[in-house]
Amino acid sequence: MKTWVFSTESDGHAGSAALEALSKARSFGGDLGVIHVGPGSEAALAELGDHGATSVLQIAEGSAAALAAGLAEAAGSQQPDLIVFGAGNLDRDVAGRLSARLGKPVLANAVDIAVDGDALQVVNEILGGTQRVTTSFAGGSPAIVITRPKAFAAEPSGGGAPAVTTLELPDVGHAGDVEVLSQHVEESSGPDLEAAAVVVSGGRGIGDADKFSMVHELADLLGGAAGATRAVVDAGWVPYSYQVGQTGKTVKPDVYVACGISGAMQHLVGMKDSTTIIAINKDPEAPIFGVADLGIVGDVHNVIPALVEALKARA
Amino acid sequence: MKIVVCVKQIPDPASPYELDPDSYYVVRPADQVLDDTDRYGVEVALQLSDEIGDAASVTLLSMSPGGSQQGIRQALAMGADGAILVEDETLRGADALTTSQVLAAAAKRAEADLVITGTESTDGYTGVVPQQVAELMGAPSLTFARKVEHVDGKIRIERQTQAGYDVVEGALPAVLSVTSGVVEPRYPTFKGIMQAKSKPVETLTAADLGVAPDVQQKITSVEDVASRQAGDIVEDEGEGHLRIIEKLEEVKVV
Repeated sequence: MKTWVFSTESDGHAGSAALEALSKARSFGGDLGVIHVGPGSEAALAELGDHGATSVLQIAEGSAAALAAGLAEAAGSQQPDLIVFGAGNLDRDVAGRLSARLGKPVLANAVDIAVDGDALQVVNEILGGTQRVTTSFAGGSPAIVITRPKAFAAEPSGGGAPAVTTLELPDVGHAGDVEVLSQHVEESSGPDLEAAAVVVSGGRGIGDADKFSMVHELADLLGGAAGATRAVVDAGWVPYSYQVGQTGKTVKPDVYVACGISGAMQHLVGMKDSTTIIAINKDPEAPIFGVADLGIVGDVHNVIPALVEALKARA
Repeated sequence: MKIVVCVKQIPDPASPYELDPDSYYVVRPADQVLDDTDRYGVEVALQLSDEIGDAASVTLLSMSPGGSQQGIRQALAMGADGAILVEDETLRGADALTTSQVLAAAAKRAEADLVITGTESTDGYTGVVPQQVAELMGAPSLTFARKVEHVDGKIRIERQTQAGYDVVEGALPAVLSVTSGVVEPRYPTFKGIMQAKSKPVETLTAADLGVAPDVQQKITSVEDVASRQAGDIVEDEGEGHLRIIEKLEEVKVV
């Protein structure tokens, strides 16, 4: 068994999805390699080694098309059985292109991967996590998988520094004719959404971008992080980094407060494993109430300000 | 500029879809609707077309094994010029890669300069079709766009990133995937709805496109997950916030 994991460096660290996937892949046995995109800082490489990677193919940068072409060439000569990607945008760009290039399917949204001899099976959840679907690859290796964030816990194994080889990317002509003109950081305040013990999220029911400040205020008062639904992020009220759900982050806080969120399946998948869920929504039929430990049928514009005032009075 | 917009017709999300117990395919009713997230791609195409003028055309492209056209007519009513429908029973149960092979072949056949898609469908959620289509067309991919501009014969986007956004530019022909906030989709007018009925819809088969469906993945089981039980649901009569504080005290957050 030979497994490859795709990692992208961020602020000098290895990708969190890669460390999670490596932790899982150790249980498969055999070779464990990483395709690492970025400057290749000592810290990032050490983290990969510490999670079980024995070899790293290092790529400084490249278009999605060039990355996929380079990976396809390397896969052709080194014959991995399984290539695991995270759910990030570059992950999805490279996984999709690699799949088309190799003529192999991608199994996405994986919450588990099982190896039984030569057979590989992937589990994903549908219908807001109410059903688990197991799918097997029938087309030969490599199997290409995109995992959900936090599908696996990142656990160090105490491994040493991996052997690093630089991978040169081929020229892919027109397909690689894209240029990043500038990069912009949109600040988000407060604790890290994925690590916070309390998460307060807002949906369309909040009303508009200005009113989203009440979600921030409540999150701050509870010492938590603010999150949002896809609709809110797509509407531009808050940055993409706030998104909880299928195509955003997966959170499992002690308390999740859903404000003006109907509970679309896309959102439920990202928060249904929170320990306690409190929901405020004016529609008594909203699906969010089906998973809430406490549901308040009411207008967020009344309930949240009253809650904020009461919490301030106690402080 | 020939703009091709990939649109998907899906079971109405208002009533959750089901998997067929034998084949595990999604049970698709005859009257599927336009995937709501595809309205954004149609709108982006129409805006680019309006900007460019007579030299631009907008063609919808959809794969629909059962021949559903309701969703296509919805998008035609928004103002697209025509549609290509790949209607073929052998494509039932197609995976993302097979779908992409069909879409890429049809887009090439239509000599598309720009192929526009959503980022992922609401029923399948694989989220790799735009990238697969780009690879199969040998085209650059501009993905996860939250803003789109046509500048000097190229497409320039703001691409969503974990930290914020990147400004990225790519040469045509290209594949563009747009998020669901990129523009405000127009509602069809009465005139648009009437005109949609007579707009050309070309139907093709997989064989016409030289694609032999070969699905290399198989669902082996589907299990119900023990679902979370709903707790107390109370009507807010001015006291709702106090119930929340009680709960927060109970779990020792305050």
